[in-house]
Amino acid sequence: MVVLQAESETSSINMIYGGASCGKKVMTSSSSPGISLMCEGISYIAGAELPCVVVDVMRGGPGLGTIQPSQSDYNQIVKGGGHGDYHNIVLAPASAQDMYDFVDWGFELAFKYRNPVVILADGIIGQMMEKVEMHEMKPRRTAEEILKVAPWATTGKPATRERNIITSLSLDADIQEKFNRKLKNKYEVIEENEVKFSEYMTDDAEYVFVAFGCSSRICEAVVDELRSEGIRAGLLRPITLWPFPFSEISGLAKKCRSMMSIELNLGQMVHDVRLAANGECPVGFYGRQGGNIYTPEEIVGEFKKFNGLE
Amino acid sequence: MSLSIEEIKRPENAVYGKPALLTDNVMHYCPGCSHGTVHKLVAEVIEEMGIQDKTVGICPVGCSVFAYNYIDIDWQEAAHGRAPALATATKRLCPDKYVFTYQGDGDLASIGTAEIIHACGRGENIVVIFINNGIYGMTGGQMAPTTLLGMKTSTTPYGRDAKLNGFPLVIADMIAHLDGTAYITRQSVHTAAAARKTKSAIRKAFEYSQKGIGLSFVEVVSTCNSGWKMSPVDANKWMVENMFKKYPIGDIKDVPGGK
Amino acid sequence: MRRTTDDMTNLSSKKMKEEIIIAGFGGQGVLSMGKILAYSAIMQDMEVTWMPSYGPEMRGGTANVCVILSDKKIGSPIVTKYDTAIILNQQSMDKFEQTVKPGGWLVYDPSGITRHPSRTDINICRIDAIEGAARIGNSKVYNMVVLGGFLAVKPIVSLENVEKGLGKSIPARYSSLIPMNKAAIEDGMKHVEIVNRI
Repeated sequence: MVVLQAESETSSINMIYGGASCGKKVMTSSSSPGISLMCEGISYIAGAELPCVVVDVMRGGPGLGTIQPSQSDYNQIVKGGGHGDYHNIVLAPASAQDMYDFVDWGFELAFKYRNPVVILADGIIGQMMEKVEMHEMKPRRTAEEILKVAPWATTGKPATRERNIITSLSLDADIQEKFNRKLKNKYEVIEENEVKFSEYMTDDAEYVFVAFGCSSRICEAVVDELRSEGIRAGLLRPITLWPFPFSEISGLAKKCRSMMSIELNLGQMVHDVRLAANGECPVGFYGRQGGNIYTPEEIVGEFKKFNGLE
Repeated sequence: MSLSIEEIKRPENAVYGKPALLTDNVMHYCPGCSHGTVHKLVAEVIEEMGIQDKTVGICPVGCSVFAYNYIDIDWQEAAHGRAPALATATKRLCPDKYVFTYQGDGDLASIGTAEIIHACGRGENIVVIFINNGIYGMTGGQMAPTTLLGMKTSTTPYGRDAKLNGFPLVIADMIAHLDGTAYITRQSVHTAAAARKTKSAIRKAFEYSQKGIGLSFVEVVSTCNSGWKMSPVDANKWMVENMFKKYPIGDIKDVPGGK
Repeated sequence: MRRTTDDMTNLSSKKMKEEIIIAGFGGQGVLSMGKILAYSAIMQDMEVTWMPSYGPEMRGGTANVCVILSDKKIGSPIVTKYDTAIILNQQSMDKFEQTVKPGGWLVYDPSGITRHPSRTDINICRIDAIEGAARIGNSKVYNMVVLGGFLAVKPIVSLENVEKGLGKSIPARYSSLIPMNKAAIEDGMKHVEIVNRI
């Protein structure tokens, strides 16, 4: 493994751009403000169709904000961040084990689709330690293997092929539009095939929580508490935030009395939950900000308030 | 006795040719621009060294953004100013490759100062070819960090004023102070003799990049006759009389053994 | 990945779960004590989470860590009520005394404490770990004396597994220090003093 400390996030994401251009497995990480700096580069990487993994361990913002945990980069990472029409594939880990497993999974998706993958973690998952089962290390790809999986890579032009050019530039409107539509087709395939989520007691749930990352763990305790009071609650945890589990949430919305999106921000994913619910049931929101974390009891209280169960 | 056209065309009578690595694409550069000449020199060096299959070039943003259309090697197109970051990763991950960036002064000396300074600081074993024409050519002739005092541009219509616009950045001299640089030279391509010297400088830089002694930097003081609003001949004259005073031609640093 | 109401059977048969807050100044070994405790529990095949909270400074600021040990998968790694609070300075006493669940334990080091705990619905014990560390002859084992005090009143992990946990969390180059750390834990177990027992 080659590890290098860059002078800035701007530089590190562009090192990733260069390394990915060579067909190597490359990754970088930062917390929210650093990710803001990287967004330009991520857009280029999406535009050049390069594989890479970026880890965002979210802290509170805007601006310098706080160094405490948050989930306030949902909009930035799931909806864009950089300029132009593009999508990151976004994975939301909820445990140290996920953090470990998602890197390998992320590279698999990144190379499968030649697309940036963002592991969108929060400060709790980032700072917490817990048990992790490690797998055997995968050996580094050989030059021959790279030629096979990444024939597009800039590895030096032999006489036997045309030169490889990694670029996101096209000044011809028709060519650029064709490229945009090619991306759209790729995104549709990803949406069709890569949605991942988990459910906790949703089979008979009258009330459904939607939460990702650390919030989903806290909501499990909320579901347990409500179940012990005889209230049939359940939890849907999106594991991929893009592609988002729209159809699963839509299905649950048709069966349940209400939904609540629980996030460590001012309400970002809730808009996607509302789109998915499409008016089939009321969708509420509860969040904390600034690095404060909600307790299960607090969420139970807000849940009862929203549903008039006090 | 003079040769007929048919005789001139015979291969055995050729005295000069386009390097094979220069593609047949029609260059988009303005007539009189230095880029075409420097492209040709880079192509010749790669060809003569026989390293086409071992070379990766990084394009900038600016007039030479399409350099990848003209030299038949693998290329990466960087974001504005970030070419040294791409080159860093490429060289670190593929150490046997010859990796070079090709950047103008708007790209390297303005938005990309952090990347070039730190690539030099880390002593990356890459080649940087720096085209310095003292102006943003592609976007319409705005002031660049390298614009001379008094020089008129579209954003300094009364001439660059130190009080208002600060002083020109002399990048090559700045990075000469850094231990991570091995070879720094300033050349030009306004005469055949100057172009030949630039070519040997580029070759030396490529050779140094495989010795693990640090970064090699070839600045080419160039003209932008369109941006300068001069004829190509006048632009060359103006460059010699004005640019060379602030950016004198010659080697600035040469440490064949590295630091 | 789908878990259903069948999992409720697990819920009703609640097994061992210990939620612990360890709080003090940075530099007292708060985080590493939590880490050693967590590793020891892993050696005992338990699930663990270790969740720190601290300011930007490396030393002297307040530091605390929430360690949860459980027989089953742990949901939230952050809780607001604890089965045990291990408290090593006055600020932490002010902040965490009220967070101990009724019937829980409060373990504290009296040195530097000006306002001693006053609750009567919890178990309280004190461990003078500065003295203990002095007996061992190394101030760095202070936190292990405290850990010993805790384990004396709450023997949730065996000494054998704590020794294994030490081996996991102490870098290999310092493995010669394990016996001294173990001695400190044993010293703490011996010298813990019960203040209130309900």
